[in-house]
Formats: sequence, C-alpha cells, structure tokens
Amino acid sequence: MSGPLALRMRGVVKRYGKITAVAGLDLDVREGTCVGLLGPNGAGKSTTMRLLTAQSIADEGELEVLGFRLPAESKAARAQCGVVPQLDNLDVTLTVEQNLLVFTHLYRIGRAERTDAIERALKMANLVERRATRVDKLSGGMRRRLLIARALVHRPRLVLLDEPTVGLDPQVRQELWALIDALRSEGTTILMSTHYIEEAQRLADTVLIMSHGSAVAVGPPAELVLEHAGREVIEVYGPPTRLAEVESEAGAAGLRTRRTGTSISILGVDGTGYRAEGERRPANLEDVFVLLTGEEIA
Amino acid sequence: MATTAAPRRLGRLERPALTGVLVREVVNFSSYWRSSTFSSTVEPTIYLLAFGFGFGSLVSRVGGFRYVEFVGTGTVATAVLFSSAFPAMFGTFVKYQFQRTYDAILAAPVDTEELVSAEALWIATRAGVYGCVPMLVAMAFGLDPSWGMFAVPLVAWIAGFGWACFGITIAGFASSFENFNYVVSAVLTPLFLVAGTFFPISTLPRWAQILAEVNPLHHCVELVRHAVFGFHGWTDLARVGALLAFGLIMWRIAIYAMERKLID
Repeated sequence: MSGPLALRMRGVVKRYGKITAVAGLDLDVREGTCVGLLGPNGAGKSTTMRLLTAQSIADEGELEVLGFRLPAESKAARAQCGVVPQLDNLDVTLTVEQNLLVFTHLYRIGRAERTDAIERALKMANLVERRATRVDKLSGGMRRRLLIARALVHRPRLVLLDEPTVGLDPQVRQELWALIDALRSEGTTILMSTHYIEEAQRLADTVLIMSHGSAVAVGPPAELVLEHAGREVIEVYGPPTRLAEVESEAGAAGLRTRRTGTSISILGVDGTGYRAEGERRPANLEDVFVLLTGEEIA
Repeated sequence: MATTAAPRRLGRLERPALTGVLVREVVNFSSYWRSSTFSSTVEPTIYLLAFGFGFGSLVSRVGGFRYVEFVGTGTVATAVLFSSAFPAMFGTFVKYQFQRTYDAILAAPVDTEELVSAEALWIATRAGVYGCVPMLVAMAFGLDPSWGMFAVPLVAWIAGFGWACFGITIAGFASSFENFNYVVSAVLTPLFLVAGTFFPISTLPRWAQILAEVNPLHHCVELVRHAVFGFHGWTDLARVGALLAFGLIMWRIAIYAMERKLID
C-alpha cells in the first residue's frame, strides 16, 4: 500500500516503573486507510493510543502524527485528530447538542461554522432527534455514537478509536461498525484498537497484532491468515489425552497447532494431504492471533 | 478536511484553548448554578448572621467598627475561600478521577497549562461574584455603602484565583477524597480562623500575628475591610502584591501537579 503516512512510530517504548507497556513498537498508518490494533487486555493498545495524543510521553523512539513530531508538536496534531476513548467521558448533565457545542469551541471551529458542524455530526451519528436529550438519559449505544460524533465534529484527518464497541450488545456494535465503515469510505484515516477479532477483520485494511507491548504481526487480515494459518484448519474435539495425541502427531508432521478450551486446531492443512478426524473449516484471524500471542481473546 | 489550519507548533496559553475550557464550564454551570450559588452564598451568610448578631449582641465594637460591620467585611474572605478552594479541590478530583473530563479536553488542542489556567479563571470569577454576597447581606443590616466597595469583587477575584489554584494543587497531589480531610483540618481551618474574620489579629500572640501575615486569607480580609472603610495606601498595595504572589506561585504549582497527574 502506498501514499503518505498519517502516523509513524519507530522503536517506541513506554515504561511504567518495571512494567514495559509498549516495547519498541513500529507502526505505519497510511492516509485514507483503517488500521486495527488487535490484542488482548494489557497488550499495550490503550497506552499506544495515549502516546498518540501525548497524554503519555514515550521513553524512547520517534512518533509522528500527520507530519507533526510528538510530543513537541502534539497540540497542532491534536487539532486535526479526533479521539474516541474507551471509557465514556461525556458531560452527562449536558444535552447531546451542548456536548458537541463545547467541542466545537475546543476544536476551534469558527463561530460561523459551528452550527453546521454540530448538525453534520448529529446527522452522521443519527442523533438529530436526541439533540435536546441529556446524556444521562441516553442508552449506552447512543452515548457511544455521541462520542464518535464529538470526535468528528471538526472533520479530523485522523480518528483514533480506542475499543469503540467494547461492552456493547451485538446490535449496537453492528450500528457502530456501519458508522465507522462510512467514515472509512469517506477517506478518513482511522487507527482503531480492539480485542474483537470480527471487528478488526471487518473494518481494518491492515491489522497489527500486539502482544506484551510489541507488534507480533502486521498486514491485511486475509494475508495474515494465509501466511500464518493457511487456508484450512482441522478442528479436533475430544478429551485432553486425545487432544495431546493429535497435537503430537501434527507436530511430527510439521504442522502448527493451537489449543482452544475443548479442542485443538491444526493449521495450514490445505495441500498437505494431512488427515485427522475433525471438522475442516477456513482459517481465520483468531487462529493467527492465538498462534502468535498464545492468548485466547473475545 | 480539517477546518483548522494548524501551524507546526501551537503556542502556550492560547485564547481559543482557554475559551474552549471556559465555554465548557459556563455551559455546565447552567445545569448546576442553583446548588452552587446556594452553597457558596448561604454558608458564609450563616456565619455572618451567627457571629454578627450572636457575638454582636455581646461585643458592640471591634477594632473601631461595629461588630456586624467587622464580620460582614471579614466573611467576604470566607465566601471566597468556600467558593474557590473547596470547589477546586473536589471538582478537579471528580473531573479527572471519575468523569475523565480532562482526558477528553486534553485530546483536543488544549494543554495542561491552559486547562488549569482556564479552570482557575472560571473559579476565580465565581469567587469574585459570590464573595460579595456577605457584604451585600451586611449592607441590608446596616453596613454603609462606599465607593471602595466596587474594588471588593476584584480583591475577591485575585484571592479566589490563588485559592482555586491551591485547590487544584491539592487535587493534583491527592490519591483519594480522604486526603482532603488533612488539608481542610490542618491547613484551611487554621488559616480561616487566624485571618482576622471574626476577631482582630492583634488579639493573638505575637508569633501568631507574624504567621497571619503569610496567610493570604488575612490579606483578603484586610483589603476588603479597607476597601469598605478606607484604603491604607502602601500597606494595601503590599497586600495586593502578596495576593498576586500567592496566586502566581499556586498557579505554577497547580500546573505542575496536574501535569504530573494527567500526563504519564
């Protein structure tokens, strides 16, 4: 993929005492693309997001956002970024419209453009009917949509979404995916952290899998699957002793396996002629994730 | 796509950033002004009525003034303290710890220095207004109006700024609400009692009088009293200087404390 970089990280390290939250992370996000940071809790995704708004300062490495070097030029970068936090930080006693109004000021939108900016954000988040509703009267899904609308009120070039659908029910998650997808279609650059495999697979052009603060794989989801898990997987169910036997046999045949709770998946079986009693299914990003990080995710 | 044309590096203490934070406070104020105004004005007024008329029936004159006049001017400083240090401590703590408001603001083109400055400016403005309430109540009970009274909101504003920054500092260093108990009991209450609000500092031992001179609340009390009854020239200018120095020092410490808290 070519095009100018919206975001560039090189060898970024962030430590909290003895804990290294981000350990030498390299990341490129090209303009107009959606990159998903995929990783389990504690992988360093949220710290990475905080580094990009200079709410955390890196101990080592280089960070550039929209051509601005961080942390020195962070304020200028933030003027052109929108941030959707993982945790709701709306002003709950204000109305939907008042929340947006405050951020039109914080993002320095001129007086003449404020009304249009608010209207556009309300429409995009499908909150026009709720404009006069206090935030504490909104449902969880509406609050999430308002957070996204707030981040987009100034038409940012880069949007940082930190776990945008965490804790939401499937229906609301689908609504938000449609919203993010529309944003991506408009050409807005998106960096999204998530621990939902499906979210990353559906929305991201490129996925960066993080584990223990560093990148363990990066690429388009389909390519990552093909490279690390092949096209097909055999999933074998059985008692632990049986699963141990299968794992041993597959290993002897030079195949990679991954354990789930009650089964074992043999990866990359396509074209090998390998046979085992189990269910054949297409390989997916979860196979890659578990294989590379050794961790189960949601 | 962005509506903002950003230069390479934005400056410090920019007006749009300060305005943005202030607008947030003003819009929020519309939802809680009743309770805030009630607590910030009724409490000092109760002190005024209780001391002014309670003690006032036992003590007719203090320091050459009728006791109700003495307390009526002194409780302006109490109102300033109550409407600045306390909301700054609790409000700041709630905003960063529970509401995560500051995370949202710092994701926009606003830095901690601007955030703290705008918060302190807003609290100081409220203190400047609320601080005048006891004086107005005292006027209803016989305090004679004077031209110097027009300086009282300014004195209250300057003192309020310092106390707001003090409150933000305490919130910035606190790890829980319980930490505030130490500050209220060990710092604010003694300062409140030796400010010259309810009795003249001259009645205290010499060492306490010297300590009172480094109490910003005492300077606020004296300035308000002199604004109402007649300024004392250079002495009052020195008191203004002391309040400005207090505000300036606390402002920088508050920024340091909040940067430490908000930026890791």
